[in-house]
Amino acid sequence: MRLVLDREQEQLRSTVRKMLADHCAPARVREVMESPEGHDLPLWRRISGELGLAGLVVPERHGGSGAGHVERAIVLEELGRALAPVPYFASAVLAVDTVLALGDDTLTADLLPRLASGELIGTIAMGDRGTPTVTATAAGELTGSAAPVLSGDIADVVLVYASAPGGPAWFRAAPAGRTTLRTLDPTRRLARLDFADTPAERVDCADAAAVLEQVRDTAAVALAAEQLGGMSHVLESTAEYAKVRVQFGRPIGSYQAVKHSLADIYIAYEQAVSLARYAAWAADADQEALPLAAATAADFVGPAYFAAAANGLQLHGGIGFTWEHDAHLYYKRAKTSELLFGDPGSRRARLADRLGI
Amino acid sequence: MNAFRDKVRHWLAANAPRPGDSPAGDEITVAKRFQAALHDAGLAGLTWPEEFGGQGLTAAEQQIFNEEAGAYDLPTALFTIGLGMCGPTLVDLGTTEQKARYVKPLLRGEEVWCQLFSEPGAGSDVASLQTRAVRDGDEWVVNGQKVWTSGAQFSDFGALLARTNPDVPKHKGITMFIVDMHAPGVTVRPLKDMTGRAPFNEVYFDDVRLPGDAVLGEVDAGWAAAVTMLGHERVSIGGSVRRRYDPLAYAGLADLARRTGRAQDPAVRAELAALHTAERALALFNARLRQEADAGTPPGARGSVAKLAGAELAWRAVSVAGLIAGPGAVAWDDEEGDHLALALTAAPASRIAGGTDQVQRTIIGERILGLPKEPQVDRDVPFRELRVGTQRQA
Repeated sequence: MRLVLDREQEQLRSTVRKMLADHCAPARVREVMESPEGHDLPLWRRISGELGLAGLVVPERHGGSGAGHVERAIVLEELGRALAPVPYFASAVLAVDTVLALGDDTLTADLLPRLASGELIGTIAMGDRGTPTVTATAAGELTGSAAPVLSGDIADVVLVYASAPGGPAWFRAAPAGRTTLRTLDPTRRLARLDFADTPAERVDCADAAAVLEQVRDTAAVALAAEQLGGMSHVLESTAEYAKVRVQFGRPIGSYQAVKHSLADIYIAYEQAVSLARYAAWAADADQEALPLAAATAADFVGPAYFAAAANGLQLHGGIGFTWEHDAHLYYKRAKTSELLFGDPGSRRARLADRLGI
Repeated sequence: MNAFRDKVRHWLAANAPRPGDSPAGDEITVAKRFQAALHDAGLAGLTWPEEFGGQGLTAAEQQIFNEEAGAYDLPTALFTIGLGMCGPTLVDLGTTEQKARYVKPLLRGEEVWCQLFSEPGAGSDVASLQTRAVRDGDEWVVNGQKVWTSGAQFSDFGALLARTNPDVPKHKGITMFIVDMHAPGVTVRPLKDMTGRAPFNEVYFDDVRLPGDAVLGEVDAGWAAAVTMLGHERVSIGGSVRRRYDPLAYAGLADLARRTGRAQDPAVRAELAALHTAERALALFNARLRQEADAGTPPGARGSVAKLAGAELAWRAVSVAGLIAGPGAVAWDDEEGDHLALALTAAPASRIAGGTDQVQRTIIGERILGLPKEPQVDRDVPFRELRVGTQRQA
């Protein structure tokens, strides 16, 4: 296993970080989050079209760069660090991974090159914690609602995991209705997609539930990376603040109560890096180890990011509770990410299943 | 790498003791025999320089060895301090003569080492130590008391910190010495801990004479030497081999839960899963530190992360053990109960030994995150003017 990045991977990180510093500064994030659209589409085009970062796990023959999950994780770390309001997770993670896992030639040829280039924005509607909330008829008409769907408000392509007469199946469909939901995290748009006898195209696969499992695993790897990026921002910005904020004649970071609390964030961060990097390595190099590695990373990193964001906010004192300060944006992103694909209890139960206990 | 793993695996399968084995001789004899055999097989001192009897390999081989050794309960505890702390410090700071004299016998387990730092008045604040070494011609004369000295009763040598200049601030007047534990004037008294065992000792020095070449590093530069050794210690504690037979490891507790029918309780399942996560987080962090060390980034103060995470893990395991065992953890008539009780009573040590949790957090805050230090009232004051422990200086 490989837990350190090589020179090229470090290079990728600094390229993405610099690009985001130039084009996704905090002021820009706020401008986008307060706009009706809520997505930074020029930035998305830069990331996908110009830099080719939406196709990192897409093989070259399908228009991607064939780099891998470790590389995608690096990009996600940077996006999470900057709170970049782009549909990367929906399209370059969920939709791409689902198309790859489905392995359907027609769907692959039609969608993958355009998802990789960013020409299409995709997403998936997978129901609630692995249970479909949309039902298909034998004729392939979908009825029901799915929420919350990442970037469901703007996705060009929606892949739906639905219950069907012979068991769950995957469909490609244009929803009958889309409702942008009110969200805890203002930097990440979520929607409800409604289907009412909506015609859909069934995508044949050997085992639809296994495809979902595969996608949930690689999505967990990707999410852990994104959470890690947010955590690194929280750690750095809080440590910086503790060095400059003076009370009782000393920087607050010199007090043990503050210092030790920051040390706890660091300890969790270092362990989170190790688990997330191992899981990304497994996604590329050890399929057998992936399910447990992904579930373990998810179990640790989600709660660790929220704890860091929450404690980091507290360490800022009153300024941390203001709308003007960015601490709340990380707090909201961390809680959203922790709950987006399920609750911590069911996630831990899933881990226990995989451990065979 | 695979060839190395095969070699380790085959050697361990042929030579490592198994539970229930009753080898000839007492524990110390068994441990020394095993370490010598390990060295003869080319499996001791994997990352140490070849010229001093090491193998000159990388942390990757060490990692492989640790993984394979995890399947056994190797009798190597006697050498933990020598191999994990004193040896690496000798390699870092020793003279050519010192390295030639001490490193190989240490690696082969012929000579056991202990660490003589802490004192009754110098716990977290080791630099306030009061044991004195006074020059007498070419020699030094040592007087004072050390405490918490693990394995002193079995040791041939110790790495001793003593004050050589009380007229300068406390960090600037300390020297590290190599001390012969069999020398006249050295008295070792076992100290019973809360488990009822006596793994550590009080060590008294009464006019103990040390030769001039017993100095390790430079005179009055002992604090830097101590920091070097403590860095090795934290890595060593947090990164030690996790044994499969450890009753408080995830595997052991999951097994206990299955055997006792407690594995169906959702609370037990959740806590076991969380324990597994914590164990993996630490194991992968340690593996990452080793890979980074191989790539040229030394662990530095991040050893404190391993130490703290290891302590948290031990504490979590104790709570899971209680959750599974229930009343069985407080009264028992079998060997399993003995193991569990020992683990429960030993757990607090993980948050104290090798630097308390609070000391580790301060190290992380200041050396890694760059946070400002607390105001230090004793930093620039001559040592003899300080108040230490619960007493004033004589």
